[in-house]
Amino acid sequence: MVPKDYRYTKEHEWVRVEGDTGTVGITDYAQHELGDVVFVELPGIGATLERGKTLGTVESVKAVSEIYSPVAGKVMAINETLATAPEKLNQDPYGAAWLVKVKLADSKAVSELMDAAAYQAYISEKEKEHSA
Amino acid sequence: MVNFGGWDMPLEYSGILAEHLAVRTKAGLFDVSHMGEIEIRGARALDLVQSVTCNNAAKLAIGQAQYSGLMTAAGTFVDDLLVHKIADTHYLLCVNAGNQDRDYEHILANNAGAEVENAGARYTQLAIQGPLARTILQRLTSVPLDPIRYYHFTFGHVNGVNCLIARTGYTGSDGFEIYFPPEHSEALWNDLMEAGGADGLVPCGLGARNTLRLEAGMCLYGHEIDETTTPWEAGLAWICKPDKGDFLGRDSLLQQKAAGIKRGLAGFVMHDKLIARDGYPVLSEGREVGSVTSGGPAPFLKQNIGMAYVPPELATPGRHIEISVRGQRAAAQVVELPFYKRPR
Repeated sequence: MVPKDYRYTKEHEWVRVEGDTGTVGITDYAQHELGDVVFVELPGIGATLERGKTLGTVESVKAVSEIYSPVAGKVMAINETLATAPEKLNQDPYGAAWLVKVKLADSKAVSELMDAAAYQAYISEKEKEHSA
Repeated sequence: MVNFGGWDMPLEYSGILAEHLAVRTKAGLFDVSHMGEIEIRGARALDLVQSVTCNNAAKLAIGQAQYSGLMTAAGTFVDDLLVHKIADTHYLLCVNAGNQDRDYEHILANNAGAEVENAGARYTQLAIQGPLARTILQRLTSVPLDPIRYYHFTFGHVNGVNCLIARTGYTGSDGFEIYFPPEHSEALWNDLMEAGGADGLVPCGLGARNTLRLEAGMCLYGHEIDETTTPWEAGLAWICKPDKGDFLGRDSLLQQKAAGIKRGLAGFVMHDKLIARDGYPVLSEGREVGSVTSGGPAPFLKQNIGMAYVPPELATPGRHIEISVRGQRAAAQVVELPFYKRPR
């Protein structure tokens, strides 16, 4: 089950909004597709993010994947624990393994992203394609 | 599941890291039934094997296997393969799944009087690899496994199924590859898992097969070797024997050697956390001098490693190079291959 109060992208990132701050991460579906994560590259604090543009990269044993920012804004904090424990991304993608906290340029823009029900339907469709 | 040479194969079961570490410390079981088999029989069998491969198959004893290359007239790789000598008049070649049909056509086109069979459909292959592989496999067979030396094989029953049991592998760890009729695939897989489960035997997918072979410095067709690379370039001079007599590509290989090799395969270790991947450019003094053929994390060595073609003077252990990782220049150092060598 995907968390209800988050918003989602088709590239499998999530954002949780509290006031004008958005916390960004990747979904359980994404970590499962990546496999064992060994390195996470995040932007510096103060960096400006554009929606849909590269936020960072996640390296797993088998491949490297770009992470696209679901929101526009300024990076206020990055999750330092991922530098030493990248495997947390496989274990708790919706919680302890958040990637960045962003001061949102426009907190209303988030409503354009998929809600939990829409994302759940989207990944169910993907899984069907996979097993077909 | 991923499509690999027309076969649906699992990339991973429990996860590449866990599977990789199991093979280095305990044991892993791989379904490699996609691998192709070509059998060559008759009085001219050895002549045919000798004429299309670069290693010297005449040196093989019955029950011995040899790593070799199937050559083009240009001395490049149609494929890499294992040649098993079953009898003076019978050889079994184990080839890459994706190349099997063109290997077969290529061998036929150069045939002079031997019987050639594209026998892939008659064999399943399972690979049990790791320091506990022998102990686990021994539980299912009365054939003494310990006396089978590395790159040797014998025939015998494994849980009632007649198998070719070879002490070979593509992981750098000890282990066996067994070949048998496909109708027994599922039963033998399950029997092996049951026999080894308590010892930590885990099923392994294509992902771990790739990280293990890379850590062991082994070539993968389509990456380190293909129809543009020669054994000299690929660090495979040890399987290229022009002194054995004539074979396809021999003249080209002698010419290339005399003219000087223009590039060599180098193993490298990254200095920091950045990871080199296939196709990334290799830089020396800021200039692009080559490209990565395989790269990624080495789960057992806990380093980021790779292989790349570079000018021969750079393919020397100790030389410093850089890898362009998505625009960032990452320091790396050339090291001796293999990266991982199992304790003997």
